[in-house]
Amino acid sequence: MAEDCGEVQFFGVGGSPYARRVQIALKLKGVKYTYFEEDLRNKSELLLKYNPIYKKVPVLVHNGKPLAESLVILEYIDENWNKNYAILPQHPYDKAMARFWAKFIDEKCIPTVVKAAWTIQNEEREKAIQEATEALQFIENELKRYNHKFFGGDTIGLVDIAASFIAYWLPLLEEAADLTLLTVDKFPNLHKWSQEFTNHPVVKDNLPPRNGLLGFYKARYAALK
Amino acid sequence: MGEDNSNVVLLDFWPSSYGMRVKIALQEKGVSYECRQEDFEAKSSLLLEMNPIHKMIPVLIHNGKPICESLNIVEYIDEVWNHKPSLLPSDPYKRSQARFWGNYIDKNVYSRGKKVWNGKVEEKEESKKQFIECLKMLEEELGEKPYFGGDEFGYVDVALVPFTSWFYTYETLGNLSIEAFVPKLVGWTKRCMEKQSVAKSLPHPHNIYDFALKYREAHGYE
Repeated sequence: MAEDCGEVQFFGVGGSPYARRVQIALKLKGVKYTYFEEDLRNKSELLLKYNPIYKKVPVLVHNGKPLAESLVILEYIDENWNKNYAILPQHPYDKAMARFWAKFIDEKCIPTVVKAAWTIQNEEREKAIQEATEALQFIENELKRYNHKFFGGDTIGLVDIAASFIAYWLPLLEEAADLTLLTVDKFPNLHKWSQEFTNHPVVKDNLPPRNGLLGFYKARYAALK
Repeated sequence: MGEDNSNVVLLDFWPSSYGMRVKIALQEKGVSYECRQEDFEAKSSLLLEMNPIHKMIPVLIHNGKPICESLNIVEYIDEVWNHKPSLLPSDPYKRSQARFWGNYIDKNVYSRGKKVWNGKVEEKEESKKQFIECLKMLEEELGEKPYFGGDEFGYVDVALVPFTSWFYTYETLGNLSIEAFVPKLVGWTKRCMEKQSVAKSLPHPHNIYDFALKYREAHGYE
């Protein structure tokens, strides 16, 4: 018996890793929704109404009530729908660890990787690469410690969804911006996990097309040089 | 039948608003704990072992296992010692809003506040403007409710009230009157201070001020 999800609207941008997190979570839970693609240079009135503080995507609106910030939205999706699939672990300690790593990815991994990609000056680039490598090493060690298919164990969980940037966007940034970061010799566990994650039947169908994103990044890098 | 309190340790630094959040949460739940003060110039081997990634307080060590990041710890406390009072609402949407505002406070209050008392002198007026803007946003969210949590003190109140121990410092070193801009928020502060959990967990504002002066002397303006 399908769950009645109510009215769900999801505002995103195709290339945004944060928006795709929400999309993956909605699909994993089997939630039906209406999607609105935003143009960030010309934001819709609805987006500005539903997220007046940050004016960003993703935004989820459930029965007229808006939510913003991807990790907040993920927890809501987990608590509100389909108890048969758990995005967060059950035990309070494991939950706290999952939240910690998701936040670490947002505050350290993604910004350091993005900085490394878009920094041109040699010395500064080396420094940025070092910082990104250190951040990714912590994630690598975490995977190694638990030795499961996913951060969430046998199934995709909060940290896997948060780390989707590492699995899909990071390699494209490496290719577009002449960056060497996630090598298989330094990060064997992250490599293996990336393969599992991007080939997962739900994830595979909910990532942005490779060529479009690569083209966008290449153009940006060319403009910087 | 409650959770075992015998092995709860908090690694703290007394002027830290983040540490105060955890103390308030533990007090609200009636959890007894050992509080250990850290010295930032000489971090203990326990802190480095329990939080190797950020090397920061607060860290809650429960039965030997560390939990880091203050709002993460507050949620953990609420879930483990799940008797009343509840810090987070039970309704998923209200919970999401509480987390959203906790996150907003994390992103804005400390960094904007620090620029007011320790920022570049030439940027002071702009820093004050930004700080007040943030407080006004929070006052708007509070609205006419007694607490951010509604009728009951909750997660967002816990997230914000520690910073009020720094208000005297912001006002004195920043040369501004917070009450003039956000009177309702100041009213809320007084209401929170009537709660034992808050009164016991916040240092006297003058002690914070003395600390801030010494810090500025030692580190200069940033």
